[in-house]
Amino acid sequence: MAPWYLKFAWRDSRGSRRRMLLYLSSMILGVAALVSINSFGNNLRNAIDREAETLLGADLSFESSRPFPEEIEFVIDSLGGLQSRRISFSSMAYFERTDDVRLSTVRAQEPGFPYYGAIETDPPSAASTFLTGNNALVDATLMSQFAAEVGDSIRIGTLTYQIAGKLIQTPRETAAIMLFSPRIYIPLEHLDRTLLEAGSRADYEVYFRFPEGRDADAIVENLRPRLREAQVRTDTVEEEKEGWDRSLTNLYRFLSLVGFMSLLLGSLGVASSVHVYVRQRIGTVAVLRCFGSRTWPTFSVYLIQAVGMGVIGAVLGSLLGFAIQASLPLVLGDFLPVSVDFALSWSAVWLGSGIGLGVTVLFALLPLLVVKDVSPLVALRADLEADVRGQKSPLWWLVVVTIGLSVTLFAIMQSPSPKIGIGYSMSLVIVFGALVLVAKTLIRILKNHPPTKLSYVSRQGIANLHRPHNQTLIMTLALGVGTFLIATMLLSQHSLLQQMSLVAEGDRPNLVFFDIQSGQVDGVEEELRKRQLPVLDRVPIVSMRISSINGTTISAMRADTTRNLTWAHRREYRSSYREGLTDSEVLISGVMDPRVDPDTLEFIPVSIENDIAEMLDVSIGDRISFDVQGFEMDTRITSIRTVDWQRMQTNFYFVFPLGVLEDAPQFNVVLSRTDTALESAAAQTAIVRRFPNVSAIDISLVMNVFDEIFSRIAFIVRFMALFTIITGLIVLSGAVLISRFQRIEESVLLKTIGASKSQVLRIMLVEYIALGILAATSGIILALGGGWALSRFVFEIDFVIPTLQLIGLVFFEVFMTLTIGLLNSRGVYAKKPLEVLRAEV
Amino acid sequence: MSAVLSVSNLTKTFPSGDKFITVLSNISFELMAGDTCAIVGPSGSGKTTLLGLSAGLDDPSAGTIVLCGHHLGDLSEDDRASVRNQHVGFVFQTFRLIPTLTALENVMVPGELRGKKNVRQIALDLLDRVGLADRSHHYPAQLSGGEQQRVGLARAFVNRPSILFADEPTGNLDAETGDAVIELLFDLNRTAGTTLVLVTHDMELAPRAGRLLRLKGGQIVSDSALEDPVRSLQPLSTEVD
Repeated sequence: MAPWYLKFAWRDSRGSRRRMLLYLSSMILGVAALVSINSFGNNLRNAIDREAETLLGADLSFESSRPFPEEIEFVIDSLGGLQSRRISFSSMAYFERTDDVRLSTVRAQEPGFPYYGAIETDPPSAASTFLTGNNALVDATLMSQFAAEVGDSIRIGTLTYQIAGKLIQTPRETAAIMLFSPRIYIPLEHLDRTLLEAGSRADYEVYFRFPEGRDADAIVENLRPRLREAQVRTDTVEEEKEGWDRSLTNLYRFLSLVGFMSLLLGSLGVASSVHVYVRQRIGTVAVLRCFGSRTWPTFSVYLIQAVGMGVIGAVLGSLLGFAIQASLPLVLGDFLPVSVDFALSWSAVWLGSGIGLGVTVLFALLPLLVVKDVSPLVALRADLEADVRGQKSPLWWLVVVTIGLSVTLFAIMQSPSPKIGIGYSMSLVIVFGALVLVAKTLIRILKNHPPTKLSYVSRQGIANLHRPHNQTLIMTLALGVGTFLIATMLLSQHSLLQQMSLVAEGDRPNLVFFDIQSGQVDGVEEELRKRQLPVLDRVPIVSMRISSINGTTISAMRADTTRNLTWAHRREYRSSYREGLTDSEVLISGVMDPRVDPDTLEFIPVSIENDIAEMLDVSIGDRISFDVQGFEMDTRITSIRTVDWQRMQTNFYFVFPLGVLEDAPQFNVVLSRTDTALESAAAQTAIVRRFPNVSAIDISLVMNVFDEIFSRIAFIVRFMALFTIITGLIVLSGAVLISRFQRIEESVLLKTIGASKSQVLRIMLVEYIALGILAATSGIILALGGGWALSRFVFEIDFVIPTLQLIGLVFFEVFMTLTIGLLNSRGVYAKKPLEVLRAEV
Repeated sequence: MSAVLSVSNLTKTFPSGDKFITVLSNISFELMAGDTCAIVGPSGSGKTTLLGLSAGLDDPSAGTIVLCGHHLGDLSEDDRASVRNQHVGFVFQTFRLIPTLTALENVMVPGELRGKKNVRQIALDLLDRVGLADRSHHYPAQLSGGEQQRVGLARAFVNRPSILFADEPTGNLDAETGDAVIELLFDLNRTAGTTLVLVTHDMELAPRAGRLLRLKGGQIVSDSALEDPVRSLQPLSTEVD
């Protein structure tokens, strides 16, 4: 026979089941978020596993930022298999029909690649036919921007190509990557080689396809020392897969953590509803205790109900999550390299529903523990009901600690490292704590300093925010977190955009020409002057790599496992030479030599930027040898500078004195300024027409690209924040319904003593408007703090407040709160006094 | 014959700010099986407190209570609950029916808590006894006050308790309905041979009990078992509010 408390739990839930479902819906959404994101993540991983080869398009690739040296060419020859070469570089694309130019990434390739998967084009046949002559495939977005059509001519360098088709999808690239720089594919055979003259930046690639059975990873392992020595990067299917897996796992883990936040808020909502539910059950508990029910079986009645609610929530949440999963590819599509199937992942369902159930029950336990403390005496003395309060017993603290540990454990599971997981948990505590603090302060201000000058209706509406059994705090928390996320994103985006427009203010440069060969500098300047545009600066740039520091080669450092080799050791440096400092630099130690005669010196003096000096762990007097495109150059650090990087001008980690690098292979940058986009476009077109190898970029283009990328990221954040906002609105619905009877009583009382229906309605209007403002304001106040901290400490830029957008956000939330509040209060204000009194509410 | 309820030197104090308020002071009495006892007194005299302590619903500050052979002071709250389940029935002024259960289910609660067999049939029989056989599937909200209290009576007797505590059982009923409920209460009590402890303000009801305890200021000011019951009632009529 089933124990009595099981039967009783079922019977006692009568009449509350629908309401329980409403309490649950806030948690259902959290479970749905977790299930959908994790299921999507698992499907994504499966897709990456399945299509691993198409991610790279080959079994193996070699890449180098300069033509492969002879010994590597031997290696390439000896590897055999099918091989296909490609050269990638940035260049201006000139659309002849529309007379437009745009900096693009050009990929000049041989037939063969990709060996796995395909380049997707419109028309589809263009993917192979473009290789047969002077044809090009152009990024579809770029084509629509310039209203270009298939068949139009496009010039890259000195050669003209006919557009054979639109590029839709290519191996190794996502839509988001293409936003940074649109892609143009041309046949390698028809590449203007002058674009690759010494000093220009290009990536030389070779792709291999091996017969079945050859292990690309083993090949790379064998060749690694030689390839490293020659600064050749490699990529195998396995490495490419791991790379994507890592970055996409991080993406969906991040989303999962945001989803988890929604679950936590939902669970707080459930806890808050359970609190009210338990208050309504205290009389029943007391009667049970009177008739001899022991403590734990009585407690079990309500625990069973909570677990039952959790199970139903988990099931419904999983179903909803499965449906939401279908929408995720639409949200994340731009960031994915493969198409993801829509399939149910059982592990995600178990994870999501298990965590949903666990967290909900844990949160529900806190108010449930009150049941344990209900004295049977309450059955005799109804007035004691109000005095029943949950005590912060050791058991209560145990539940709190368990919640904290569970949240941290989940965060650690979902984070790339335990440190980040703990950081996430700490951040949650800070965000939740700060929101509670802000909300409580606002509520206290309203309570202690009521707006006495307002009408009775307004005062009553505002007073409802701090009435007994109010859910203002939990509502503020749930809506506030969503607002916080959206507003922080908004603030960061605006501050960064504002900073970008500031860097080009006044007389500062906003148009940059680069890849200018030394013999072309005068011509570029002449073109600018012809258009009355100023030449604000001309800067020579020489590419180089560090080969040794204080006599220890980079290879030796790499072999030494005790050394911490960073990207600063491995990267290619673009350095310049000049007499002294620019206005964006400050000398912090040593002396900068304006000019030297290298023949008379053992070491060439060089100036280093402060941050990179710290990363390389060098200071004044240390020796650095550079490989300047095949020539070894020994230098000694004689000065250290700080650099203000937030200027649209050329800044360098290493600056050489005059007299050293003048004859090295180099390219030049010329900075100018235009007042209108039209002037800028005309100057770019004229210079690219005359010097096809020269590239140009203006600040408005950078800002547009940045804005576009940020908007897409913001879309994802908004999508996730929506979960928390909807959770907040569900909590509001629950709160209004829970207090419905209390509201009806008050409404009737007010009407009995002469209030009109319209006055009762207006009191509610004021209450919901005030609640919306309170929740939105709390979130925005916190976001202002967060946004300021991000600007100040992470981006190191001025903090800008987009007042109008923030006001818009407040209006949106007030509107939503008002709508949901009034919808759930339907009929409350319309009740007739007599009708209610007869019903003995 | 041993006492069903034995109360000796019972004192109850409550903290109030820095001080303690004494609600009951040095109360002693005994009730045998089948006794009926009414506790009367003005509001705040300690009637309900005495009832609650006697039933083991609260801990005394001093003194001892022996209920059906169990020294309540030696028992934990859960053990006292077991004693109540085995031996005690309750009738409340505000009926205290569980709103989510039907009349039948409400009556079954104490029996189900005990794990009693045939509890459904016993409950149905009791509902029949109180005249509500046809309302067994109605919820409390669908019953009148008198009907609710009759369900409360059926619930109180479902475990055939040794002692029944009734706290103002007619307090929330009109006179006519109250009379009918009292008739039923005494009838059931007589049939079951239960000891009855009744807290009441109703001066027509009080004399129906075999023994009358009059409380004032937390003390027994008269006990009909020790004096002439008729005389003891005289001043009461002016004190009861």
